[in-house]
Amino acid sequence: MEILNSSLIDWSRAQFALTAMYHWLFVPLTLGLGVIMAIMETIYVRTGNEQWKRTAKFWMTIFGINFAIGVATGLILEFQFGTNWSNYSWFVGDIFGAPLAIEGIVAFFMEATFISIMFFGWKRVSKKMHLAATWLTLTGATLSALWILIANAWMQYPVGMEFNPDTVRNEMNDFWAVALSPVAINKFFHTVVSSWVFGAAFVAGVAGWYILKKRDLEFAKQSMKVASVFGLLGIILTATTGDGSAYQVAQKQPMKLAAMEGLYDGQKGVGLIVVALPNPEKKKYDDGVEPYVFKIEIPKALSALGYRDFDAFVPGINDIIKGGYIDAKGVKALPFSEKQARGRKAIHALSDYQKAMKNHDTANAAKYKAILKENYSYFGYGYLNHPDQLVPNIPIVFWSFHIMVYIGGFFILFFGLLTFFSYKDKLVNSKWLLWLSIASVPLAYICTQAGWLVAEIGRQPWTIQDVLPLQAAISSLSVESVKISFFIFFILFTALLIAEIRIMLNQIKKGPGAE
Amino acid sequence: MFEYSFLQHYWWFIISLLAGLLTLLLMVQGGQSMLFSLGKEDHHRFLMVNALGRKWEYTFTTLVTFGGAFFASFPLFYSTSFGGAYWVWMLILLCFVIQAVSYEYMSKPGNTYGKTTYQSFLFINGLLGTFLIGAAVATFFTGSEFIVNKGNISNLTGDPITGLVISQWQNPLHGLEALFDVRNWLLGLAVFFLARTNACLFFINRIDNKELVEKSHKYLLYSAVPFLVFFLAFLFWILLGKGYASDAASGVVTLEPYKYFFNLVQMPIVAVVFLVGVILVLYGIGRSIFSKVFNSGIWFSGAGTVLTVCSLLLVAGYNGTAYYPSSIADHSSSLTIFNSSSSHFTLTAMTYVSILVPFVLAYIFFAWRSLERKKFKAEDLKEDGHVY
Repeated sequence: MEILNSSLIDWSRAQFALTAMYHWLFVPLTLGLGVIMAIMETIYVRTGNEQWKRTAKFWMTIFGINFAIGVATGLILEFQFGTNWSNYSWFVGDIFGAPLAIEGIVAFFMEATFISIMFFGWKRVSKKMHLAATWLTLTGATLSALWILIANAWMQYPVGMEFNPDTVRNEMNDFWAVALSPVAINKFFHTVVSSWVFGAAFVAGVAGWYILKKRDLEFAKQSMKVASVFGLLGIILTATTGDGSAYQVAQKQPMKLAAMEGLYDGQKGVGLIVVALPNPEKKKYDDGVEPYVFKIEIPKALSALGYRDFDAFVPGINDIIKGGYIDAKGVKALPFSEKQARGRKAIHALSDYQKAMKNHDTANAAKYKAILKENYSYFGYGYLNHPDQLVPNIPIVFWSFHIMVYIGGFFILFFGLLTFFSYKDKLVNSKWLLWLSIASVPLAYICTQAGWLVAEIGRQPWTIQDVLPLQAAISSLSVESVKISFFIFFILFTALLIAEIRIMLNQIKKGPGAE
Repeated sequence: MFEYSFLQHYWWFIISLLAGLLTLLLMVQGGQSMLFSLGKEDHHRFLMVNALGRKWEYTFTTLVTFGGAFFASFPLFYSTSFGGAYWVWMLILLCFVIQAVSYEYMSKPGNTYGKTTYQSFLFINGLLGTFLIGAAVATFFTGSEFIVNKGNISNLTGDPITGLVISQWQNPLHGLEALFDVRNWLLGLAVFFLARTNACLFFINRIDNKELVEKSHKYLLYSAVPFLVFFLAFLFWILLGKGYASDAASGVVTLEPYKYFFNLVQMPIVAVVFLVGVILVLYGIGRSIFSKVFNSGIWFSGAGTVLTVCSLLLVAGYNGTAYYPSSIADHSSSLTIFNSSSSHFTLTAMTYVSILVPFVLAYIFFAWRSLERKKFKAEDLKEDGHVY
């Protein structure tokens, strides 16, 4: 047997994070740009204006360049659940595998089939059929997002399942509870509409560059008009669904919310931090040191955001570890030590149940099964040794959350102005806004990555919230194997990203006339 | 509504069917492996790349769906094989990652590494991707070194990490040890040459270029002969050798002489499907080799490929057989369609979803037909506007 140590977890996490982060560089552009180019083609079909066709075709070329690398990184992501998270694949595969399979059957084939008509069918199918293919390509991409986000939401909020001690895994008992959980619905809408904003920012940035260069002005203005309105609509919806996300996090993952706000000690009527200077003396969550040397906050806003009540109690990290407060379900929260003890009781009961079954000792088997069932809600805590393990990386989660919110706020203002100036036809003379448009492209990338950092690092140490921590989810591999594959992926993805960026920049320089 | 056992059989059939479709679609990879030989001339390679480039996503999507369906229906396989035979699967994935960007990027200005690099990626994907998939599937018959112990997850006293893992691979090569078994090489090479064979038949059927079609006929012979040699060698070896039989009542797995041969005999429908598949493949190849005007070989060989591969996997999983055998010691960790499947509830839910499959096939057929009314000609491809 190979020698394993905890750094295997870190390298496996790093590899998964690397793949997911690369993948997420491309997916939001597919989702956002997909709608924009479909709108443009719709205008072309309705008006017969050839310029709209040229505009739509240009963005389709960009879409294709981005799509290819998104597909490449997505493949690795799917299979990594098996390669690096072997226990996870068995322990929750009965529930988690289904959305992935449905994604393949329902979404991927739709995407793959109609994208070929979209690219190659301009002269081979009718205008309307081509337009339908473009919308169906986008529908396939969005359905793909739906199913993978249902799977991800289930990791944050596991519902619709029951643990089966005979098969030693969780089994689905309510498909619709999984597919329509409030976390899943909210996550889907928040992710998709924020991708619309991403696509709009990208289009606005590129179109802004054309206007600054005084090139292809008609194309650029058309692009701006669609992007500005679409972006404004998208950011309003993103803010609304973002509010819904915060509410869901407060209800289901209080530790994540505490990390997002750097809230160490809970209280009633907690404010939402707008700006803060962290205290460098703060080394640990329970050292009693004030976390900030300076902060500006919106009074009571976190209580309102998380619990729809300005005076609601929001538990901090120390409260969650020590327990004793009334949680979102109206139950007195248990301290970590109690959760850990009950988790271990459940794990031991599982072991004893298996032994009893092996010996055909049905009486004891029934007894242990009952103990297991009674304590199963805390099963995952049994693998943890110290309360420290419950606390995610606070600086990363805190700053990712705030950066996401800052940039989101910027986009509300930006798209409002862009819509106004675009429809007043004053963009050509508003160089500052055009430069801001260009700057909005990297900001969109930072914002969307930050959002996922909050969601995923904030969930740690859990792969499945409260059920399965990292150390019980992993594959039995040597650290060296995972290190090697990590660096292979890192080099390969980076090399492909460089190519993708250069190709895109070249294509943009060539302009829509080249199509 | 459905019996659990029926669903387990049904989903093994879906997996087998997907494997058959994937093997057929590997003709894209087969074509890629000939880019620098059959496609030595630039204008021939241009045609080949563009003909294959309109199909690569179907292969890719089928691979992803195959993985997703396996995960959903037989998660213990996903957990054991992917987490254990790590390097084989990683190499397969890497082969497909480099393919995914190559078509789109190879002719675009600023692609950084040059057209030849991307075409080399396609070549590697065609060569290694097909061979490794074949070798990996061969282990369904030849076995792998792993232990499954579901009690590990409740073992809090052992190694804090390794002690918890349910599926433990017993060979430090993590899957690469499969290359030490000649039988795995035989199927790997058979899949590689079958992919090339089907690619040649596809070119003969789809490409409007006399010279390239003539060359494809020649390459068809070069590919079909080794395919038959390697495939028949593998087939006879497994049919005449021992197979992994699983006792339905006790779940005990033993090595049984002629197991796979008897599976065919005891499942006559599968045997007929298998024979029909083989005959169709041979007919498609044979007639295309001997007739210069016959260009429909791909339809026969393609359908035959799907039927043959599908029935071979049914032989591996049905009739009390361990489809993913553990070759070590008592074989008790071997995976069967019963001990590795998802729950009754999940398989039922997934079965309802699978009703959509004919609808999916219908729109794929429609799209394919819309785009391929005419054969591929260099002039037409340029007119389409999106060329590789």
